[in-house]
Amino acid sequence: MLKNLKLKSFFEKYAIYLVLIIEIVLFSILSPYFLSVDNLINILRQVSIVGIMAVGMTFVILTGGIDLSIGGVVACVGVICAKLMVNGVHPIFAILVSLIFAALVGLINAVFSHEFKLIPMIVTLATLQILKGISYIITGAIPVFGFTEEFKVIGQGYLGPIPIPIIIMLVLYVIAYIILTYTSFGQSIYAIGGNEEAVRLTGINIRKQKYLAYILCSLITAVAGIVLLSRVNTAQPSAGIGYEMDVITGAVLGGISMSGGEGKITGVFAGF
Amino acid sequence: MSDIILSMRNVTKKYYGIKAIDSISLDIVRGEIHGIVGENGAGKSTLIKTVSGAISLTDGEIYFENELLKPESPVDAIKKGISVVYQEFNLLPNMAVYENVFFGMEIKKNGFLDRPAMREKSKLILEELGFDIDVNSKVKNLSPAYWQATEIAKSINHEVKLIIMDEPSAPLTEKEVDQLFNVVRKLNDNGITVIYISHKLNEIMELTDRISILRDGNLIKTVETKNTTEQELIKNMVGREINEIYPDKEYSDQEVILRCEGLTSDKVHNVSFEVRKGEIVGFGGLVGAGRTETMRLLFGADNKTSGKIFVENQEVNIKCPVEAIKNGIGLIPEDRKNQGLILNKSIYLNSLLPSLYDYTKYMFIDFKKSREDIKEYTDILKLKALNLEQICLNLSGGNQQKVVITKWLLKNCKILILDEPTRGIDVGTKQEIYQLIKDLALEGKAIIIISSEMPELIGLSHRILVMHEGNLTGELKGEQITQEAIMTLAAL
Ligand SMILES: Nc1ncnc2c1ncn2[C@@H]1O[C@H](COP(=O)(O)OP(=O)(O)OP(=O)(O)O)[C@@H](O)[C@H]1O
Ligand SMILES: [Mg+2]
Repeated sequence: MLKNLKLKSFFEKYAIYLVLIIEIVLFSILSPYFLSVDNLINILRQVSIVGIMAVGMTFVILTGGIDLSIGGVVACVGVICAKLMVNGVHPIFAILVSLIFAALVGLINAVFSHEFKLIPMIVTLATLQILKGISYIITGAIPVFGFTEEFKVIGQGYLGPIPIPIIIMLVLYVIAYIILTYTSFGQSIYAIGGNEEAVRLTGINIRKQKYLAYILCSLITAVAGIVLLSRVNTAQPSAGIGYEMDVITGAVLGGISMSGGEGKITGVFAGF
Repeated sequence: MSDIILSMRNVTKKYYGIKAIDSISLDIVRGEIHGIVGENGAGKSTLIKTVSGAISLTDGEIYFENELLKPESPVDAIKKGISVVYQEFNLLPNMAVYENVFFGMEIKKNGFLDRPAMREKSKLILEELGFDIDVNSKVKNLSPAYWQATEIAKSINHEVKLIIMDEPSAPLTEKEVDQLFNVVRKLNDNGITVIYISHKLNEIMELTDRISILRDGNLIKTVETKNTTEQELIKNMVGREINEIYPDKEYSDQEVILRCEGLTSDKVHNVSFEVRKGEIVGFGGLVGAGRTETMRLLFGADNKTSGKIFVENQEVNIKCPVEAIKNGIGLIPEDRKNQGLILNKSIYLNSLLPSLYDYTKYMFIDFKKSREDIKEYTDILKLKALNLEQICLNLSGGNQQKVVITKWLLKNCKILILDEPTRGIDVGTKQEIYQLIKDLALEGKAIIIISSEMPELIGLSHRILVMHEGNLTGELKGEQITQEAIMTLAAL
């Protein structure tokens, strides 16, 4: 009986990792190439964009919110960054401007959902539409391309044998893990998702934490947008559209509760 | 041989290998009022949850009217005529009283809800219980006493033979407890058997026919109420003798630390008072008198329409709890489930939250130091838990309350407001809490305490302010403080 119980909670806790292992075993039996280093790296590279975005989304979902605008952020950031670069702006500045833009988007999402008490799903859906619109206006629906070699490194370069996007993703996961587990910001995010009223009465500044979560989400998404831009070498106003579903699915599969407050970032990682 | 309605045979329930109740065999006689007492975490709630089918058994059987109860089947228990009023409210605050009364048991006509019939019937049930409540009002707009009435009405909306009440009087004031007793006796006169759990031993002595005493998951013994005394109950519960004594009221006049002028909101009218360093000020009154509301204004949890607050003679602008805490004010709220705790988070995180930034250096939390400090308080309060990582949902009611107290003790506020701090806490631990409150006052902290338990309020406070319908109706000091004086002012 007791053993059963333990087994059950063990499965609940580690199910996502088990599925991952089973998949790996299964695929390596079906195809001898599966476990080859090349192939693993390939898979990781494919998921890296969405994987990066999920880090940001995790923060927002943990507070009990959601951000559907991330697909638009990817598109808009790509378009802005590209337009600046083809007009002769140094990539570093172009990236900086894109990140600032993304932070503003996050701030707007936070203001509307927290101050005006609107439902985050609706606020961010509206943001998504606006961002899509902006991308089309800026590009006139024509793809933008022709970047410098140094910019391509972000999406196509390697550090030793490992592609840079994978490294960026791994670094972000480690940072997110540290923030969520060891900092007061991380712990209060979990707390807010658990019972916002109780947290308010303990004197924690809920506004600040929620703003930070939305801004972080947009910022991290912008990083994904820049990696994507660099990898495909072209800015499309339709880039990133529909990614939000993959991202949310990944996060939820990884054990992040949609109602907030529950789940670990390591699970999200395995979710992909 | 008397008629046994409920028979528990070797009932055992383990959580993570630890026995919450250990092989309990207990017979309940038809028509009796049976009291159950025991310290926090003794297993009282667990025992009745096995009867109601809310949780599974690890071992043992339960028979109701000589039929085996299906384990872990609340439906079976309800069908057979067992009803439970749980320790924590299970009402839907945004729904009307009548909807709550018939939740899950809706009356239907042609497949649709028959609202008029439900309204009519719930009104009837409540009237019969002696409550005059508008059944159309939303539950969240009513006072806790009426929540309890709604819970009871809900539990008897169908054919009931046994009703189990887990600390039903905890959220009520004395007057309302009287009303509750009338209800219980009325139910009992109609032939319904009652199991009644409470930490208030005087209630148990007054109401019950027999009493079972639990300690650490074991049934110590069952006694006839007329053959026992409160002292004997305590001795069996705790394993030692405890006297309900309040710490002596040492108090020397010190400077005023908190002054409120004309606090006003829709439920509070022009309330002014001051509190000195080292002073314990009690707030008396009936439920709904506006005591909690006043404190929420002071703490910035609700917005005041007018009024000023001075801390150490400086006017402070408190619009939210963040600002109150910055000014050294802490509030232990009365509603632990919604306001006091994040139920699905650990004891550790819950206790840490108010002091989170005090233990944060360069964004990182000092886990070691904070854990040690929290442990210190949980030890004093005798918190019963596996470890600090246990989530609060899995604690017994009284132990949850201890977590709420821990988190505010850790914060070490200059001015501490305690709203019903000992609700659901056992006799022994109450003494520890009284001692803690007194020690805080001796350190020069200012204490405001709201309590529905008259002896507690009188025993602890240097000065008592009484409220009625949002107005401050009087102040009592020293010799003036008596139960009658408070009651008179409370009804003004
Ligand atoms: N879901 C759970 N998981 C783990 N332990 C539990 C769970 N529910 C109860 N317990 C443990 O079982 C023991 C008995 O708890 P119970 O709620 O029955 O106590 P109680 O006598 O009702 O106390 P109180 O007076 O505080 O309400 C406690 O030690 C508690 O921590
Ligand atoms: Mg209990």
